[in-house]
Formats: sequence, C-alpha cells, structure tokens
Amino acid sequence: MTAEQIIFLLVALFTLGSGFMVVTTGNLVHAALWLVATLFGVAVVFALLNAGFLAVVQVVVYIGAIAILFIFAVMLTRKDMRDQGPQMNRGWWVGALIAVLVFAGLFFLLQGWNGLSRTAAAIPAGFDAVAELGNALVSPDAFVLPFEVASVLLVAALVGAVYVAFNRK
Amino acid sequence: MSFWKDPLKVAADWLMGILTGWGMSEVAAQVLIGFLGVLILISILMVLDIFLVWVERKVVSRFQDRIGPNRVGPFGLIQPFADIIKLLIKEDITPTGADKVVYNIAPMLSMMSVLILWAIVPLAPTILSVDLNIGALYIIAAGAIGTLSIIMAGWSSNNKFALIGAFRQVAVMVSFEIPMLTMLLIPTILAGSMGMNAIIEKQDIWFVWLSPLAALIFLITAIAELGRAPFDMAEGESELVAGYNTEYSGMKFGMFYAGELLHAFTYGGFLAILFFGGYRFFGLEQVSPFLAIAVIIFKAFVGYWVIMWVRYTLLRIRIDHMLAFNWKFLTPLAFTLLIVTALVNALLAGASAWLYVTGMFLSNVALAWAALEIARSYGHKEREKTEGMKKVVTPSQGTP
Repeated sequence: MTAEQIIFLLVALFTLGSGFMVVTTGNLVHAALWLVATLFGVAVVFALLNAGFLAVVQVVVYIGAIAILFIFAVMLTRKDMRDQGPQMNRGWWVGALIAVLVFAGLFFLLQGWNGLSRTAAAIPAGFDAVAELGNALVSPDAFVLPFEVASVLLVAALVGAVYVAFNRK
Repeated sequence: MSFWKDPLKVAADWLMGILTGWGMSEVAAQVLIGFLGVLILISILMVLDIFLVWVERKVVSRFQDRIGPNRVGPFGLIQPFADIIKLLIKEDITPTGADKVVYNIAPMLSMMSVLILWAIVPLAPTILSVDLNIGALYIIAAGAIGTLSIIMAGWSSNNKFALIGAFRQVAVMVSFEIPMLTMLLIPTILAGSMGMNAIIEKQDIWFVWLSPLAALIFLITAIAELGRAPFDMAEGESELVAGYNTEYSGMKFGMFYAGELLHAFTYGGFLAILFFGGYRFFGLEQVSPFLAIAVIIFKAFVGYWVIMWVRYTLLRIRIDHMLAFNWKFLTPLAFTLLIVTALVNALLAGASAWLYVTGMFLSNVALAWAALEIARSYGHKEREKTEGMKKVVTPSQGTP
C-alpha cells in the first residue's frame, strides 16, 4: 500500500464518519458543523486527485457560503438551539428503501467496471490544470454551452431572489 | 548552490543527508523535513505576533496622543511578555450552557485560518512553502474558515451579545468577500496567473500604477474582513461588550486577539504582494534572498501601518450603512472595474508598455470619477427630497 492510498483511506473514513454524524446528531447546529467536516473531507479528496482548483472552490463555495447559510437558517428559525426532537418521521422506511436500492444499483454497476484496478496515467510535466480547465470552459468545442446555461440559470435565480425580497412601497 | 543564494534548499539537502545517513527512508525524511519547515515558519510567525502586540499598542498610543507602554524594558518592549504571563495565569472559564467542544475549537480555527495563509506567501523567489497556481482563491478559502470560527465562537458561548456580534461580523465578512474576490481577479488578469510568485514576477511596474482603484478596494475589503474600525460592528463596546469573543478568557481570548493582529499584518503582506511588487525593490531581490525577505517584511509593515492608521482615525459605521455601501456601491464598482480591466487588457495587449500603463491608469481614474459622480448625484437627489419635504412641513406647522 502506498502512502497516498493510506491517506485516501483515512480521509474517506473521516468523510464517511462525519457524513454519518450529520444524520445521527440530534442537535441541528452540530449536524451543520459535521456537514462542514464532511465537505472538507471531500475537498481533501479533490486535492488528492490533483484537482487543486476544485478543492479550493469546494471550500470557498460549500464551507464559506452554503454551510454558513445553513447555520444562519438554523439559528434564525429555531427558538431553542438545544432542541432534541424526534429524528425519524413516518416515511423513514421509504428513505431506507431508496438508499438500499441506490447502493445496490451502484454496486451492481461498479462490478462490471474495470476502472477500480487501473492506475491513473501520470500527469505530464508542465501540465497546468487550471489553464486547461479555463480553456475548456470557454472553447466552443468543449463546455461553453453548459457553462453559459449554468450562468443564465444562476442569473435567473438571482433576479428571482431580488424579485421575491423586493419591498414595494 | 551556495547557502546565500538558496538557503532553504541547501538546509533541506543538508538535513536530508544527515537523516538518510541515520538509516531513515527518503520519504520519511522528506515528511519530517516538511514538518520541521512548517514548525519553524509558525514559530517565527508567533514570535513576530508577540512583537506586533507592542507595535499596535505603541502606534495607537501615538494616534491618541499618549506614550503607550514604556515601563517594562526599553520602550516597553517587554510589555507583551508580561501580557502573555497575565493571560496564561488567568482562570479559564467556560460559561454555563456553553457547547464545550465547539467553544474550545473556535479559537484554534481562528488562529489556524490566519496561519494557513502563510503557506502561499513567497518571502523571496526561492523561500516559499508552496507555489499554488490557485493562490488568489486560496486566500478566500482561508477566509471562509475564519468566518466559520467566528460563528462557532458566537454560538457556543451561550451569550446573546456573543451571538449578535457573530451574526454582524459574519454578515460583513460574507458580503465583503464578493468585492474582495473580484479584486483578487485583477492582478490575476494583469499577471495571467493566480500564483503568488507569478504575480510578483510580472510586476516590473507595480500593479498599483496599473490599477490604483483595485488596490484601494482591496484595502477596504481587507479591513472589513478583519473586522477592524471603521467596520468593527462586531465589537461595538457600547452595545455588545466585546462581540463574539465576550465569554472567552485567558489564552483562548489571546488566540483571537493574536490571530486578529497577525491577520492584519498578513493582509498588509498580501497588499504588498498583489499590488506593490512583493519582495521586489529595484533588483534588490536578485542580490540576496535575505534582502528580499527584509523588503517584503518592510512592505507588509507599511500595509499594516496603513490599516492601523485607518482604524484609529475613522469612526465606526452603522451596520446598514456598511452593508448598503458594500452591496450598492462597492460590488457594482468592483464588477465594472473587472470588466473594464479585462477589456483594456485585451485591447492594449499588443501595445507598447507606456501606452498599456497609461491606458490602464486612465481607465481606472475615469471609472473612479464616474462612480463618485453617480454617488454624489444620488446623494444630492436624496438630500433634496428630504429638504424639500421639510420646506413643505415647516409652513404648515407655522399656521395652525
């Protein structure tokens, strides 16, 4: 086992463990903080895959914006921060069934995939991943259309948010 | 290569020779040397931090027409050590109902969010921890962890002043992050890279001459991110005791305080790196890496001094004014500046250096003038509205 594999296993264990804590903790703010730990673990996995840009964006967007938003929403909508309500609702078995089915489906699909035992190709020297990603996002024969569609969607969401929150006098 | 040209590599090679000589494997030796490097960097930073307490107190006393610490040691230089002993022997209090684990992690995260910034600071062409090609984004990511530490501290203290302080501070940090990120893109456009070393190497002409407006907006957003006056809503003493760190005592408070000072110094350093040429000063960095370190530390101190100057000169701004200033003035201005810079950069790409610099500088000045003019006319309109209303109101009150 190489050092990289050991690090990956530790990080994966940490990520899965915190993910488990997110759904089992009774305290909502604690759950949000465990979610931060999970997202951080995912960022470390990105870094291990030599995707430094995605790792940093993961931290900026998910921890810096979305997790903070979660914590704000919990703090502003709950009267008592230490509430210990029931953790299960009546539809728990539906959720469990879907989870088991998805896991079984993924397991079945990955059985026939030979990518698990292959080693990744070495990255050539002088390969600038960020520049490649930037070029791919704006070149017409790569991802310019999905990129623009996503931008339009985000602008529409922004305009919608402003419209909803706008205070007409 | 001699020690005076590339000290870090020579020292690392020397240690490597010794460690492998002791029978250690090469990978283990590399990891150990990496840890030692981090340990030395952090130790130097923490010692510098102790010195910063003295600098801050001396400078504020001069601004407030006092002498400042002058009893313990020459010029009061030993005063910070006395302060540290005081902090260490204080009782460590955890308030009732506090969330113990979160309460104890928060100060560590706060300090950590500052220290990890130094991973990308190039002290000299060869003396740096890692030359990330996404350096500019990394600054924002580290800031996100700082935001998290503040909300954790405010919530876990079980104190309403702490919670309100944390809310205010986080609202400010999250909103000012947007113009800051936009301003980090300007050196990225000018240098063609997000790496700190590449940005410095491109600055044959300091970027502050190419984009003075960007440097100014970066300074404003940096002060807001630091939560220092005039943006220190989080610790408005008259309203909130001390904000998110109200309940902390002893060395845990010390961590927040030291973290804030080092953060201010670090942003002074980033201002120097992004807009004032970093370690470059008329070819001095070519002579010796040690001179380069002296140059960048000096520039960081100048930036730190400007931040202190602003802090002790201006009054606190109300929170709604602060957020309106960010969302209605700074953010549109930052976006416009980004578009204009990208356009001018593309239009003048093939032009001579003189034309390029002049075009960039003039476009910045024109944009700043237009923004101020729009703000002024809007202010006029608002004032006329309220004054006009008064004119209507006064005579009607005079005639019952």
